[in-house]
Amino acid sequence: MTWIRRHLLTGYAILAFCYLLLPVSVVLLFSFNAPAGRFNYVWEGFTFDNWVHWDAVPGIRDAVVKSLEIAIVSTIAATVLGTLIALAIVRHRFRGRGVVNVLVFLPMSTPEIVLGASLLTLFINARVVTGFLTIFIAHVMFIVSYVVVTVKARLIDFDRHLEEAAMDLGANEWVTFRKVTLPLLAPAILSAALLGFALSIDDFVITYFVAGSTTTFPLFVWGAARVAVPPQVNVIASAIFLVSVLFMVGNVLWAVRAARRARESMPAALPVPDQLSRPEAA
Amino acid sequence: MSESMTSPDVRLEEVVKEFGEMRAVDGISLEIPRGSFFALLGPSGCGKTTTLRMIGGFEEATSGRIFLGDRDVVGLPPYKRDVNTVFQSYALFPHMTIADNVAFGLQRKGIARAEVNTRVAEILELVDLAGRESRKPRQLSGGQQQRVALARAIVCNPRVLLLDEPLGALDLKLRKQMQLELKRIQHEIGITFVHVTHDQEEAMTMADTIAVMNGGRIEQLGTPADLYERPQSAFVAGFLGKSNLLAGTITGEGLVRLVDGSELRASTNGTRGPVSIGVRPEKISLSNGGVNRLAGKVKESAYIGVATEVVVTTSVGELTVFHQNVEAGGVAPAPGSQVTLSWAPEATFVVDRGDPGDRGEEHVV
Repeated sequence: MTWIRRHLLTGYAILAFCYLLLPVSVVLLFSFNAPAGRFNYVWEGFTFDNWVHWDAVPGIRDAVVKSLEIAIVSTIAATVLGTLIALAIVRHRFRGRGVVNVLVFLPMSTPEIVLGASLLTLFINARVVTGFLTIFIAHVMFIVSYVVVTVKARLIDFDRHLEEAAMDLGANEWVTFRKVTLPLLAPAILSAALLGFALSIDDFVITYFVAGSTTTFPLFVWGAARVAVPPQVNVIASAIFLVSVLFMVGNVLWAVRAARRARESMPAALPVPDQLSRPEAA
Repeated sequence: MSESMTSPDVRLEEVVKEFGEMRAVDGISLEIPRGSFFALLGPSGCGKTTTLRMIGGFEEATSGRIFLGDRDVVGLPPYKRDVNTVFQSYALFPHMTIADNVAFGLQRKGIARAEVNTRVAEILELVDLAGRESRKPRQLSGGQQQRVALARAIVCNPRVLLLDEPLGALDLKLRKQMQLELKRIQHEIGITFVHVTHDQEEAMTMADTIAVMNGGRIEQLGTPADLYERPQSAFVAGFLGKSNLLAGTITGEGLVRLVDGSELRASTNGTRGPVSIGVRPEKISLSNGGVNRLAGKVKESAYIGVATEVVVTTSVGELTVFHQNVEAGGVAPAPGSQVTLSWAPEATFVVDRGDPGDRGEEHVV
């Protein structure tokens, strides 16, 4: 009984991790598979070939490059636009402020399939040729919401006296923004941009509607899946996963180091509660 | 210097500030002479911080004129005004080191790097923070942050230094220490200080001149001794220290009749009609030596160290007396005993009858 009580949480945690990580591990594992035929569903043997010749499949390189291009430009555009919208909503009282405040949430709450279909209708009616430009417009639209929400949350907590202090010390509006406002918003802007980038790389539904003849990586996988998914798709997916894990680990390490540095230079360090100690089970 | 040395550093003319319907500052005029330590004192919501923020350029005056020296600064942004501010929250830039915080203003003036470094080092020495240059603000204690905020403002050598409740966030002991420290620094650098506070003791300790504000107006302006000895309104009498106020009517030059018919002497300065007559508790003696006398019965007495506080019931109301414990043992009369209170006419002041300002009660010394 005691044994169960002590290890129940651990067991539960292990199960949860398996649930989360098992599909990812399968993707990663099968990126090293050497399938006999066209199908990459059965383990045949280990090889690095897929990683070395990741672009051996016709079209995959173009699709990956296209996805990266779209993710980069739409993230940059949406981050700039979203930050400015957040500043306007939080800092200024203008006509239509309430409406804007609600409208920016819309792309987050509307089903993607509806957004994609209505965007396509819009583009066709406006006689816009679907392709890179329309994907870019669509991605900016949904990334902007996340940027506005993230940056707005940070801005609401922002101490306006900091900007007053900068102006008091001789900085005009632009210098104040560059030296004080922007550096303090940077963490929020950066995390919004990373999220936006991930959403763009990953998006299938909306992109499918507005892509025209342009093929992004998710669209390529969709197309390939109707015939057979080559192991190179697993390679790209694994690479994306590993890069994001790298980012996360880097972020955690950076935060830990910053916290340690802050603690070490404190005049009188506060006692750190020992989080590892647990009350003994009865 | 082109302007005359006698022009005041700060001059306000009929300055008004309205927030929507609310009139936060209701026509303030004052002059702050060069090199003085000036305090704006009043309860919260009296308009003192708004007045300071208008001098700093963070709020636009609804009407009126504000001069820094000979220059009308209304409409100028903060970065075009020769003033610097110590904010209540300190407003230190959290992403910069202490040295970068202090250097911020000098860099904006385009001063050469070498000179910036020298002046930053000097000013950190002055506020006793040498050696903390590379720390971040959150790694310092409250008192240290306060001194960084001060250093960051005075290193720019402004015409006027504005201080918005700068000691409000510190504990009592540190506050007392910083009051003297601020006064020392002001003497050393000679810059005009304008200090906003709700703490009458702090204002009296530090300032040469105090403007007591209430309801967006200046109730009285003067030296600490002026305000304490000769308050001109019931509000000032109640806000600075403790006062006994008795209702009365002026019957002749220097003569006030109380509600029970007894007459007291006071300097009336030509006032007429119903007034309140006031006397500070420590000015009253428990012997019949003074000219103004009232008989009464001791209600209670409390030993408080330097004095014994005696509450006496008289036919015109209760009076509080601080009886100095000059001799060892304390010889205050026991409750129930009959006493005669007396004090000098010079210690008696006359104010308009009105609300004695219960907000002042919490600031009793």
